[in-house]
Amino acid sequence: MAVPLDTITKPTPASSTSTLRFAFGNVLAFFILLLIGVLAFSIRLFSVIKYESVIHEFDPYFNYRVTQFLTKNGIYDFWNWFDDRTWYPLGRVIGGTVYPGLTLTAGTIWKVLQSLNIPLSVETVCVFTAPVFSAFAAWATYLLTKEVKGTGAGLTAAVLLAMVPSYISRSVAGSYDNEAVAIFALIFTFYLYVKTLNTGSLFYATLNSISYFYMVCSWGGYTFIINLIPMHVLLCIVTGRYSSRLYIAYAPLVVLGTLLAALVPVVGFNAVMTSEHFASFLVFIVIHVVALAYYIKGILSPKMFKVAATLVVSVGLVVCCAVIAVLVAVVASSPTKGWSGRSLSLLDPTYASKYIPIIASVSEHQPPTWPSYFMDINVLAFLVPAGIIACFSPLSDASAFVILYLVMSVYFSGVMVRLMLVLAPAACIMSGIALSEAFDVFTRSIKFYISSLSESLQTDAGDIVSGNNASPQNDVLKTDKREDAVKERPSRKNKKKDKEIVEKPSVKSKIEKRPLVLPVEASFFALFLTVLLGAFYVVHSVWAAAEAYSAPSIVLTSHSHDGLHVFDDFREAYAWLSHNTEVDDKVASWWDYGYQTTAMANRTVIVDNNTWNNTHIATVGTAMSSPEKAAWEIFNSLDVKYVLVVFGGLVGYPSDDINKFLWMVRIGGGVFPHIKEPDYLRDGQYRIDSQATPTMLNSLMYKLSYFRFVETDGGKGYDRVRRTEIGKKYFKLTHFEEVFTTHHWMVRIYKLKPQKNRIRGKTKKSRSIFRFCRSKCHKNFKMKRNPRKVKWTKAYRRLHGKDMTQDSTFEFERKRNRPERYDRNLTENTLKAIKTIDKVRFRREETHHKNRFSQLIIGWFGSIN
Amino acid sequence: MGKSATTKDDAQALFQSLRSAYSATPTNLKIIDLYVVFAVFTALIQVVYMAIVGSFPFNSFLSGVLSCVGTAVLAVCLRIQVNKENKEFKDLPPERAFADFVLCNLVLHLVIMNFLG
Repeated sequence: MAVPLDTITKPTPASSTSTLRFAFGNVLAFFILLLIGVLAFSIRLFSVIKYESVIHEFDPYFNYRVTQFLTKNGIYDFWNWFDDRTWYPLGRVIGGTVYPGLTLTAGTIWKVLQSLNIPLSVETVCVFTAPVFSAFAAWATYLLTKEVKGTGAGLTAAVLLAMVPSYISRSVAGSYDNEAVAIFALIFTFYLYVKTLNTGSLFYATLNSISYFYMVCSWGGYTFIINLIPMHVLLCIVTGRYSSRLYIAYAPLVVLGTLLAALVPVVGFNAVMTSEHFASFLVFIVIHVVALAYYIKGILSPKMFKVAATLVVSVGLVVCCAVIAVLVAVVASSPTKGWSGRSLSLLDPTYASKYIPIIASVSEHQPPTWPSYFMDINVLAFLVPAGIIACFSPLSDASAFVILYLVMSVYFSGVMVRLMLVLAPAACIMSGIALSEAFDVFTRSIKFYISSLSESLQTDAGDIVSGNNASPQNDVLKTDKREDAVKERPSRKNKKKDKEIVEKPSVKSKIEKRPLVLPVEASFFALFLTVLLGAFYVVHSVWAAAEAYSAPSIVLTSHSHDGLHVFDDFREAYAWLSHNTEVDDKVASWWDYGYQTTAMANRTVIVDNNTWNNTHIATVGTAMSSPEKAAWEIFNSLDVKYVLVVFGGLVGYPSDDINKFLWMVRIGGGVFPHIKEPDYLRDGQYRIDSQATPTMLNSLMYKLSYFRFVETDGGKGYDRVRRTEIGKKYFKLTHFEEVFTTHHWMVRIYKLKPQKNRIRGKTKKSRSIFRFCRSKCHKNFKMKRNPRKVKWTKAYRRLHGKDMTQDSTFEFERKRNRPERYDRNLTENTLKAIKTIDKVRFRREETHHKNRFSQLIIGWFGSIN
Repeated sequence: MGKSATTKDDAQALFQSLRSAYSATPTNLKIIDLYVVFAVFTALIQVVYMAIVGSFPFNSFLSGVLSCVGTAVLAVCLRIQVNKENKEFKDLPPERAFADFVLCNLVLHLVIMNFLG
């Protein structure tokens, strides 16, 4: 890497001795970019190679389902799509509540491929969308950094971004989520903004707003852009860096961007109504005032301008106060002060955990820990400060923007783990700048050393010829001279055009070059260390991509002493649901599994991962934390037929429902106050062993998770996740029956028992249900006839020895109150056995009747005799 | 009393010098200025109308106002770019600036038409 970087990082006079060399550098840069794209794509394929080409996790399944709908029904049906398979009985308007960018992108790619007669399935396109877009993101990073600090920094930043673990975690093949395309859109929007800022071209401003539109389409994180850019504009104005380019970059973006954002159904009027967007409007007004002020300042004499300023300021203050008062009133009158919950939790990290358990319950919404910084951006964390320093020399509008971007994203990543993703590009850009500057300095000092070596040879030769004396005492002075010579030589050789292009950097380097030339040993050593640092980063990134982030989380593996185990229980369970239940059956589970159930099992769910209705989720949470009967009633009122729980106690899968149970209690208790969290805790501790509270042990979640669990390990009931024996081992279910448990017990499906028939006539204490084979029996029952005394009944015949009563074949038919797990072989054998047993029984009955008959005849003859 | 008189004088002098300075601007810039003033004026009329009648078809109101504001902003950008006194855009030919302006307007009004509902 060092060699090409060396060439690329220095389009400065030192390396480009001719235009040909310059062109060569460009071609090389192009090939490096191509390789970076390949790298970004291929490092994300570990998941496909190690597992298979599947969609990962939860949200991607929803996106996949939406994409399927889009490709099947077309765009207009998509906008009008009302989904009745989720949030039963409410349903959900998908077209108006989803960020359509990702789906439309994948749908378009699929369509293009189809029209080119490349028959890829929708799933394949979805799986590979994220890696493709991460290559785009790397190129966008190159462009952005190039605008800020030149080609070398751009290439370094692109390499870093191509394999930054934080971004890999969200964009491995199969991770078909909004962030996959949104990060590209984010960086590209920033690039176009900086480009507009540098060129002042209205064309780029238009592109910028269109790119912003794509970002709004893709991800809710677009508010980050629409707040960051105004902040930068304000910063520029306050620090006196206002220019007309800034106006061209900002003002059209606000107008066009707002309009375009309002076109996206999920944003709609929010683009002008919610306070996340107010900052941009405020700055829009400010920049106009400032622009006017600068314009008037330009055409007036300084004295008159002073007069105008005092006049305007005195009037303006009054107006400003009025405007601020109105704004405050507007903001205060809107609900939640105009800020949505998620945004409020950004500003105040404790907000979510205090008020919105549903947001706090998601692990990616928690504040990150220090190790997660090291895990996700690795050595970049240490390079970032150096990058900031490099950005300050010299400080341009663009580098100010990058610094601001970094600072803001560091703050936001401190609030939520998820937003580490926004930090990653900023960290890559900063580190790219730092690394490239470092390489620049080191290679320059080495070059200087080499050239001074050759020059001293030349001068030595010259000395001999001319006989001049070069005194060793003047060495220091001479070095300086040589340095000047080094600087001037290329500019002499260069054509004038070239000189103009490189004028700026060379002027810059003229100022800095002298203090930055290091001793050659030190620079070699530092170069070695830097390469080592880069190697360490690469190793870590590849490890993260291969081991940490490529697990699809629906197929799990574990290594143990007897080899690799694959747990494919989720797909097993969803396949069971889709094959063994009616199409219209409703399946209740905790909301995490809603998307997967609708996508993979194609069954209606009550709640899913789009947590738009808190009450509905609280209802399910309440049912899960209630005792069996109450839960049955809740589920029955929701028309639920099956309940699905995820249980990891047998194989030690930690993110199961028992571990999520406290959140169910909290969310349920938030809406239904009869569920109280302390009832489930013993002395503030969450436990499921014998010390657990009775409420806990009687809750539906406990019962469904641990039903028959004790049978697995011979009476111990040892939970491998909680590392304890369970509290209540032997119990029966009254309102639910187990219908399916997967191979490793990770998913268990229960059916709600049907509502009991009302018993006609007098109810017995035992409440046993009588079923009658025909109305004749029912009538006789109502006449209170004893079946044992009525001759035509089976009971009479059995009692009087007229039918076969004791036979081993009856044993097979006896109803066992124990559900069998579905097993294809078992079913097949059972079906075969039924025929044989029937044959056997028929034969035995014939024998029985023959025996009876012969006994009868003997009896008759006996009486005759 | 005397203080207000001086401010009045100052204001008058300011106004005078503003007018004299402005009359020196080239005609094509003046035309753009007129266009901007017209657009802003139209936007103001719409806002006043909204205040009186109400904002019911909100997207119509929004697209109307933003169309005017957008036009004005783009015209200001054009004015900045073609202004000869502006040193930053010396090497940008006015034809290119105008082409960009037309493109941007095209996008703007396509979006407006879409949003009008």
